[in-house]
Amino acid sequence: MSTAIEDKVEAASKASPYITVTFRVRRFNPEVSAEATWQDFQVEIDPKERVLDGLHKIKWDLDGSLTFRRSCAHGICGSDAMRINGRNRLACKTLIKDINPEKPITIEPIKGLTVLKDLVVDMEPFFQAYRDVMPFLITKGNEPTRERLQSAEDRERFDDTTKCILCAACTSSCPVFWNDGQYFGPAAIVNAHRFIFDSRDEAGEQRLEILNDKDGVWRCRTTFNCTDACPRGIEVTKAIQEVKRALITRRF
Amino acid sequence: MSTEATPAAADVEMYDADNPAPVIEAPRKRTKKTPKSTRTNFEMYGWLFMRLSGIVLVVLVLGHLLIQLVLDGGVSKIGFAFVAGRWASPFWQAWDLIMLWLAMLHGANGLRTVINDYAERANTRFWLKMLLYTATVFTVLLGSLVIFTFDPNIS
Repeated sequence: MSTAIEDKVEAASKASPYITVTFRVRRFNPEVSAEATWQDFQVEIDPKERVLDGLHKIKWDLDGSLTFRRSCAHGICGSDAMRINGRNRLACKTLIKDINPEKPITIEPIKGLTVLKDLVVDMEPFFQAYRDVMPFLITKGNEPTRERLQSAEDRERFDDTTKCILCAACTSSCPVFWNDGQYFGPAAIVNAHRFIFDSRDEAGEQRLEILNDKDGVWRCRTTFNCTDACPRGIEVTKAIQEVKRALITRRF
Repeated sequence: MSTEATPAAADVEMYDADNPAPVIEAPRKRTKKTPKSTRTNFEMYGWLFMRLSGIVLVVLVLGHLLIQLVLDGGVSKIGFAFVAGRWASPFWQAWDLIMLWLAMLHGANGLRTVINDYAERANTRFWLKMLLYTATVFTVLLGSLVIFTFDPNIS
């Protein structure tokens, strides 16, 4: 019996975990062509590795001109949101085995923002919307000498929206944002929500007024694309609806 | 190891580092100037109106369809006499009037959001909305006029 187990272990160690995966990457280089094209790369990769590892293999071993953003590579910095197999995800949190490596894996830049090169987009409109909701603590009166204390329940109220890493996966999955870049987008509303429902903050009214704008929360069509796309599992659509509810209950 | 799926397209114009291809910008990009605070609650009332009128319209429209198409002989009974008989009662006049106004405003507001979302150029958006508003006002006024001035003895 022991020999059977040994044989099994030996067989497993002999069998390579590596499989050949096709990465179909959307390439765009304004210095070469005005057209974006698909390019296929065959990569030997362990299916337990991530899409980002595959991109690294391509960039380091196959084609150094492949351009993409990544910083921490562990799902915190929010740099490597991209459209993988037609869905917005973080390349560093998507395992190869979870997205059917039998077929080519398509990788595109996120939609609705200007593509600068390959997978790099101009994030400026996204961050402009973020800045417009004033994502910082605003208080009146004298600064306390101690910390601004808050009960656990008060903290729990906006806990979900503190998780945002500003990767733009939600905003660039929103059809209203695709059609009309003037819309604040889910990410900006999530970050406004984080302060509107913070008991220590005193500018909730101002932020609500900003989001009451014609390009604010009322343009949300509750398609839930943002909730599906969020790599942090934030209930984005729920947060947007809570802002709507706050706007309505404030008036009536 | 790498294989090109599509060979680099032979461009007529040649682009290089000094002369890059123009990037495709979003048609209506958000910039620093974008948030012109409207300072009105119009969009909020519009949103609320859609929900409330929707609830009322479910009752009004389904009731209307039931009466017109199912009950009492179905669609074949509808004629001038049937309409004249119903509009003799202020209840059915009010029903039809409310249904007309709510359905027209509900539909117009829905189309307004569609135009806002999909029309790219400011001019196109403006004229499509003007067309929409004209059609809405015309239909609502004509419908109201007919309901209020309906004469069953017209020859």
